[in-house]
Amino acid sequence: MEPLSRRHFLAHAAFAGAAAWLTPLSELLARAAAPPGKPRQPAQSIILLWMAGGPSQLETFDPHPGKEIAYGTGAISTALKGVQLAEGLPRTAEVLDSFAIIRSMVSKEGDHERGTYTMKTGFRPDPTVVHPSIGAVICHELPSLNTEIPRHVSILPDQWPGRGGYLGEQYDAFKTDDPINPVPDTQSFLPSSREAQRLKHLDVVERAFQRGRKSRAEATLHRETVAAARRMMSSEQLKAFDVSSEPLALRREYGDTPFGRACLAARRLTEVGVRCVEVTLSGWDTHANNHALTAGRLEILDPALAALINDLRRRDLLDRTLVVVAGEFGRTPRLNPAAGRDHWPNGFSVALAGGGIRAGTVLGETDPEGKAAPKDPVTVGELHATMMAAVGVDPNKLNQTPIGRTVRFAEGKPLAALLK
Amino acid sequence: MKLRDLLFLGLIFSGVFTLGANLMPPREPKPMTSYDVAAYLDPSFRSVVERLDASFRHEWAIENLTPAKRADDLTIARRLSLALVGTVPSLEEIRQLEYLPSEERLAWWIDHLLQDRRFADYFAERLARAAVGTEDGPFIFFRRRRLVSWMSDELAKGTTYDHLVHALIAQDGLWTDKPATNFVSVTSQPDMKNQPNPIRLAGRVTRAFLGLRLDCAECHNHPYAHWRQSDFQGLAAFFGQTKIGFTGVYDGDGEFEATDKTTQNKFVVPPRVPFATELLPHEGTRRQQLAAWVTHPKNPYFAKATVNRIWALLLGRPLIDPVDNLDAEVPVPGALQILADDFAETGFDLRRLIRLIASTSVFHLDSTLEDRELTDEDERAWAVFPLTRLRPEQVAGSVLQSVSVATIDAQSHLLLRLIRFGDQNDFIKRYGDSGEDEFESGGGTIPQRLLLMNGKLQRERLEAGPFTATGRIATLSPNTAHALETAYLCVLTRRPTDEERAYFEQVFADKQQSLAKHLEDLYWALVNSTEFSWNH
Repeated sequence: MEPLSRRHFLAHAAFAGAAAWLTPLSELLARAAAPPGKPRQPAQSIILLWMAGGPSQLETFDPHPGKEIAYGTGAISTALKGVQLAEGLPRTAEVLDSFAIIRSMVSKEGDHERGTYTMKTGFRPDPTVVHPSIGAVICHELPSLNTEIPRHVSILPDQWPGRGGYLGEQYDAFKTDDPINPVPDTQSFLPSSREAQRLKHLDVVERAFQRGRKSRAEATLHRETVAAARRMMSSEQLKAFDVSSEPLALRREYGDTPFGRACLAARRLTEVGVRCVEVTLSGWDTHANNHALTAGRLEILDPALAALINDLRRRDLLDRTLVVVAGEFGRTPRLNPAAGRDHWPNGFSVALAGGGIRAGTVLGETDPEGKAAPKDPVTVGELHATMMAAVGVDPNKLNQTPIGRTVRFAEGKPLAALLK
Repeated sequence: MKLRDLLFLGLIFSGVFTLGANLMPPREPKPMTSYDVAAYLDPSFRSVVERLDASFRHEWAIENLTPAKRADDLTIARRLSLALVGTVPSLEEIRQLEYLPSEERLAWWIDHLLQDRRFADYFAERLARAAVGTEDGPFIFFRRRRLVSWMSDELAKGTTYDHLVHALIAQDGLWTDKPATNFVSVTSQPDMKNQPNPIRLAGRVTRAFLGLRLDCAECHNHPYAHWRQSDFQGLAAFFGQTKIGFTGVYDGDGEFEATDKTTQNKFVVPPRVPFATELLPHEGTRRQQLAAWVTHPKNPYFAKATVNRIWALLLGRPLIDPVDNLDAEVPVPGALQILADDFAETGFDLRRLIRLIASTSVFHLDSTLEDRELTDEDERAWAVFPLTRLRPEQVAGSVLQSVSVATIDAQSHLLLRLIRFGDQNDFIKRYGDSGEDEFESGGGTIPQRLLLMNGKLQRERLEAGPFTATGRIATLSPNTAHALETAYLCVLTRRPTDEERAYFEQVFADKQQSLAKHLEDLYWALVNSTEFSWNH
């Protein structure tokens, strides 16, 4: 672990003040933490850093320096002895001892949309059912505490943010942009007196509609949803989206980018009880000019990822938060004539850190020549079962889909090697 | 000197006027569209409607249910408009409707909507979703927009449904040039040299056109129904020779190979249909044979599946639920059989089918009961009109229509339509697209409520101005009672109840706030009500 510097210490002290408004929840979380002697508590939330487009494993978590398939990409040593990362991730390398890496992910989908569905839900697209994404599953399974804001959030979403699927669209991720802007649609554009007037009007109109169909109109839950939306509008917890109250030094550490700010917001959100935050960094679809384009992405990812891990460590939250870095697939070992790498679902990398994960594990191995199948392949179902086990959700739980089919939350067993 | 100034002013003025006239052309009140009341009274038409009504009456008698009374004309008009063009009726249309004698209103309204280009566009999107889903597909090989606009053109031309489906299954050519081939090319597999996927195609054909979930039998023999794995594989084999090449989709040679799930051995499967084998022609490519078999008037599922889907599009709920599972362990409702027989006998004419459904007494029932509490049984037996949630594009369309007093349709100015298109897309993106599942019954979500309360569209379009409905109603209404009524008609397609009238008259009497501002508040309340977001 990085030694605690004076700067970090001062920053830490500043946080104590900033975190004051979180107190009731902090207490709640503290109470939930494991008493001594008992087995550890599972993680409370997941932060999924979604690398949209499919990042190259060779330029990130699975370098093969000196081999032909590296095409010049070097590697650096890390805080994990004997484990190297590609050269574009120097700061992540410093905190790699908090991570477990899977280098042998295999999926059956090589198309962006289908691949995204598979990696986010753990299942291949199926015309008979829409599966819930991991964030929807844990929101459904874990208690909601006193959270007044959506517990499944997607910051900087691409076309396919996490969905509730058969669990219902109330589990869809709440979509929001760069945290530099206010959360969309949560601010009324009226003085409060007129707002109150409008709500009174609404009551009158609702009464008229209920006549002759009271129970049916109530079953729509429309008015409850309006009330929940209004609670959210006035909730203190909305401030978790706003990173401007964080110390400047910390914001700089995450990087002055939308993704960096979003990662910081993700940490703040998990502190008020949000169960899953998906933060998207797109631009990994490097069919041409792979090395240069990937390097540009790494400049954004590296500081944000390292800062997130450090920040969670300092706040003693890493144990309660599972951080996952993944994309829909990897990229071909061979460069194409445009110096790009194409889609490659047969051996790519996923990095996991924090809650419930046995740090320091590296699972699987890809062929240094880029020909043979990876050793110890890990299926998408196994990855999902592992993530669920880390947050204390039973991946084997049976569910009824709307058409009465029974499906499990995940296909596959949790990977014991990755779990504490 | 003075003359020059005048000339200059004149020039400026005429420039502004020309620009204004081009952007906002003066609008003539629209002439009434033509309609044919006699067609609705024709004995061959009436007899089907009467048989349909009788079959529901029979069911109510068995269940001992008293149906709801007839809804008023405006409520029925709203249902039809939402179902056929995806918006609430405009004030302009409501005025035209009420100008007609009561017995002619429904006939005019149905025919008016069916002639409207918005009907073809809206229905094409609905049918395309069933056929190819909402996936963006592989982007080189799939042109979703082309497929939808082709379907829309065909619907506008009056192409019968069997021809449409035949083209989807059997058309050869490039997806850009022959849009129907997108049905095949959407399954192009990048990891299989971009060749189409027979399994997915067979799944789509059975689900979208036959209302059967035969694809469940892909992996195992069906647990309840009598379908076997080999039935599904036999259907997939009809796509076993389908290829994608430089000239687009075509049928070549080769055989479909299935894999034995236990031994992993491959074996050749010959094409075979699982029922009604006598309807399969012997000539033509395999896809042509399959298309002819699917769309054959004697195919026991094609007409029923289509009727079930169109019924659901009109009433919000299919006769057999879910819409693509006719095999469920429930008896076929009498109405489904009557409509399916008529649909097949009269050449798969979608417009006739829509006219029939819209003429049944079930379609005209109110969604409330006066003397007793409404139960699930009432809805299940169609003794009341079902309460169903509007789809995102219906909500978007209705918001945009209700903030304009004139109809926004194909005759509207291009600029207006472009703005509407952009606004609608933005809105749906935030509201959330319900995707392929068109008839799910859940409640709304918090982001949807936030959007309707605080969204950009609300802020911009509810504000009273020279071009928004609130501003125009405020300036043009002779009194507050009239303004109130007009706002209700624009948003909820009804007049205020006595209680509402009394309440709002009192509110409007407060002169601290202008009438325009009062109308903004009223509009906000109406748009955010349950009534606005649900079909009833």
